[in-house]
Amino acid sequence: MPKSNYAMIKTSPEARDIQSLEAVVVRFVGDSGDGMQLTGTQFTDTSAMFGNDVATFPNYPSEIRAPQGSLYGVSGYQVHIGSIEVSTPGDNVDLLVAMNPAGLKTNLYAVKPGHTIIADSDSFTKKNLEKAQYETNPLRDGSLENYRVIEVAMTSLTKEALKGVEGLDNKSITRSKNMFALGMVYWMYHRSPEHTIDFFRKKFRKQPHLIEANTKVLNAGYYYSETLELIPNSYSIAPAKMPSGTYRVIMGNTATAWGFLAAAEKSGRELFLGSYPITPASEILHELVKHKHFGVKTLQAEDEIAGISSAIGAAFAGDLAITTTSGPGLALKGEALGLALMLELPLVVVDVQRGGPSTGLPTKTEQSDLLQAMYGRNGDSPLIVIAASTPANCFHFAFEACRLALEHMTPVILMTDGYIANGSAPWKIESAASLPEIGNRILREAREDWQPYQRDPETLARSWVLPGTPGLEHRLGGLEKDNPTGNVSYVPGNHEEMTRIRSEKIRRVQHRIPDVVPEFASEGDLLVVGWGGTYGALHTAVKQMQQEGYGNIGLAHFNYINPLPGNTGEVLRAFKKILVCELNTGQFAKLLRINFSGLEPEQFNKVQGLPFGNDELMDKFKQLLS
Amino acid sequence: METKTKKYTYKDFASDQEIRWCPGCDDYVILRSVQKALADLEIPKEDVVFISGIGCSSRFPYYMDTYGMHGIHGRAPAIASGVKLANPDLSVWVITGDGDSLAIGGNHFIHVLRRNIDLNMILFNNRIYGLTKGQFSPTSFVGQKTKSSPYGNTQPPFHAGELAIGAQARFFARVAGNMPAEMAEIFTAAGRFEGTSLIEVLQNCVIFNDGCYAEYTDKSVRADKQLYVEHGKPMIFGKDRDKGLVLEGLRLRVVKLGENGVTPEDILVHDACEQDPTLHQMLIRLEDPLVTGIIRSYGDVTFEQREDALTRQVKSNSDFRKTDDLFFSGETYEVH
Ligand code: SF4
Repeated sequence: MPKSNYAMIKTSPEARDIQSLEAVVVRFVGDSGDGMQLTGTQFTDTSAMFGNDVATFPNYPSEIRAPQGSLYGVSGYQVHIGSIEVSTPGDNVDLLVAMNPAGLKTNLYAVKPGHTIIADSDSFTKKNLEKAQYETNPLRDGSLENYRVIEVAMTSLTKEALKGVEGLDNKSITRSKNMFALGMVYWMYHRSPEHTIDFFRKKFRKQPHLIEANTKVLNAGYYYSETLELIPNSYSIAPAKMPSGTYRVIMGNTATAWGFLAAAEKSGRELFLGSYPITPASEILHELVKHKHFGVKTLQAEDEIAGISSAIGAAFAGDLAITTTSGPGLALKGEALGLALMLELPLVVVDVQRGGPSTGLPTKTEQSDLLQAMYGRNGDSPLIVIAASTPANCFHFAFEACRLALEHMTPVILMTDGYIANGSAPWKIESAASLPEIGNRILREAREDWQPYQRDPETLARSWVLPGTPGLEHRLGGLEKDNPTGNVSYVPGNHEEMTRIRSEKIRRVQHRIPDVVPEFASEGDLLVVGWGGTYGALHTAVKQMQQEGYGNIGLAHFNYINPLPGNTGEVLRAFKKILVCELNTGQFAKLLRINFSGLEPEQFNKVQGLPFGNDELMDKFKQLLS
Repeated sequence: METKTKKYTYKDFASDQEIRWCPGCDDYVILRSVQKALADLEIPKEDVVFISGIGCSSRFPYYMDTYGMHGIHGRAPAIASGVKLANPDLSVWVITGDGDSLAIGGNHFIHVLRRNIDLNMILFNNRIYGLTKGQFSPTSFVGQKTKSSPYGNTQPPFHAGELAIGAQARFFARVAGNMPAEMAEIFTAAGRFEGTSLIEVLQNCVIFNDGCYAEYTDKSVRADKQLYVEHGKPMIFGKDRDKGLVLEGLRLRVVKLGENGVTPEDILVHDACEQDPTLHQMLIRLEDPLVTGIIRSYGDVTFEQREDALTRQVKSNSDFRKTDDLFFSGETYEVH
């Protein structure tokens, strides 16, 4: 065992058999209190800084404090790292690190046969085995013989490593065993622990004994692997080829929040968020509330309706106004969204989708709010709907949602989902200078002939006159507006005209959004169609099909849902078959049928609260191609 | 707070829209009183915003030549909060009714009061749903016969004021809808008050609930049935100004000056600014006489002031000025 001396760490031990891999999937599982999220994040960040492409997915228990050792209290963190492009957190895992029996039991299904399980043998006590509903100890009963199991008495080794460190109670000693596991994994994958040690230095600046303790345990794990003959070899994953630039690993919800920050700066409007906490959208609120230094205003409202209503008020008064929610909250916001649409004010509503209907599956992912976003309001009430498709591009689409709202004077619904919102991936940082300009429709000077519902002839967007502007006092409201005075009007023909204008205004947004660009093939036998958060899975599966020699398959993935890109029909019709893959029962497929007569897309749907798996997608593609 | 001022008459605040309330409705009187108060407040009219919900009263913004929004049912306090937080320089007014703010919008009503955002909220309480043609409201009395309670209402009412005090209201006034001078005076005071001010107007609906407050507001009885309180003044009322309130144990009692040796010095002096709302609550509950005027006006830190102080503090402790500072901070790495 090395002494606590960072310099002693050798990141490339000579006497080791290094096998190089393209990509690897690691899953850390344990009790909620075992620090699996931190362990996973550290491994991810270290790998990203090393130059790997990464994609992660955390899996928290839905209970806040589930009983220790219970099956439903298992917390997990999966990370996929690669020297090649990595678009999903991966389906099956190459290495499972199980800190307790419950973690092993609930995650064993995902381990590839023949691959490795590291288990903390100290935690496989009679009590914990019972809690995990094991009749016999899986480490002893031969049930794991298809895997390479590395048993490590992590709890005792951690205690051993910490002998002599002052100021630690028993609890904090056992709680640092996750760092022992991390140290082992660092050695296995040929990673330097330096980044994590740096992290301790920052995090525990005021508690030097914790820096020492965590570093000791991390090093102990690292050297334990090195000297352990149970680990016959280690693996290296070379850096991935990615466009050059400055990167950081970012979580989808953070990227969404940052996209709004950037849009506020770029548009010169102050950012206002009115929001009510809801899983899995709350992190956007948590993130934005930190940024008061940019003048961000947040109101944690009394309910979902007040969240959007306050945002509408802020939009009326000139802020870049946002409200964030998930499916049940979007349902509550429906009436107010109709008001925003009638007032023709800029507003962005984020729907981080989760399993529905009703309370549904709050912590699981799904894409079943699409038709709600499209149509979930009274009256003919079209608005812009766009969807982000990766954790990193949540930034881009949050920015884009603001641009469209401000330039077109309309509410925009931005859809993400629990999967990309909680997942993280490398983001090539976009500096303000590299972002496009955002226009607005603000009118500052009184004009003789001005009317509230006068429109830009091209976009049909009305002007935005902010209270405080002398001479342009006017009243807006949810009652039908006279065109163009904005006065209340019950005239039959006017209502029909205004209804048509509102719909035409959204249709014309098509001129301001990019075409959909099919990947892998632009014509052929099968076009795989997706939208939103399934991009990683679909892209990976179609790419693998190509690698297996199926050159006749393409992928068209949609971020702009309403309106659809102008070339959509053309792209779809260039293929013999179309397969729309969605995590719902076929909502986007319905939209395509409505929009393109004669188009008869096939569907592949999954509603299990889970993302698509690679195998199930490829099986389906092959079936349609045979 | 506003530094800009401008001279107006009430007429300057009238919009060109034809007013659609029923002839004889108190809403006309309230409208005129608000216009009068705004002229007195001398706030440039481009800085004035009226936000309403749904109901007869909520047509109000259309009749004001200021900025305005006719919102959705019950949500005006939330919309107005957004307006004020986006631009604290605006003078923001909420127009609401008993159905709008005490039924469908109850949640926003209590929370806006709790936060104490600088808004002025006028609650037109006619104890009935007018716009939907005559159903009972949360302030209708038990037994009241309405379209939706033909055999008599079975739901006991709220006192708007009690609810407001429970929600931490710092400013609460009550005024009869047929007393324009008092209304204008109260609206002016509300406009000057920093924090959420709530004014309950006892509003007669000539169509669906005519005379609902007549026992208090009719000119022939009001001097004896209403006690119009003023801060710092003894709570004396009556046609002959010979009645007053005294505190007896945990009850307010009406006494007659000169009787049983009662002198003006014995009468309670109204303290609207007292932080403890106990007495204000008792005044609100009193039914004979009905207490009107500014019952509570306790100055407190507003939500905006708290937020503003916090923002300044965070700004001064932070190195982040532009988003680039944030995006490129911390754990970044280069790919070549
Ligand atoms: S229905 Fe009643 S409250 Fe409504 S306008 Fe007529 S009189 Fe006024």
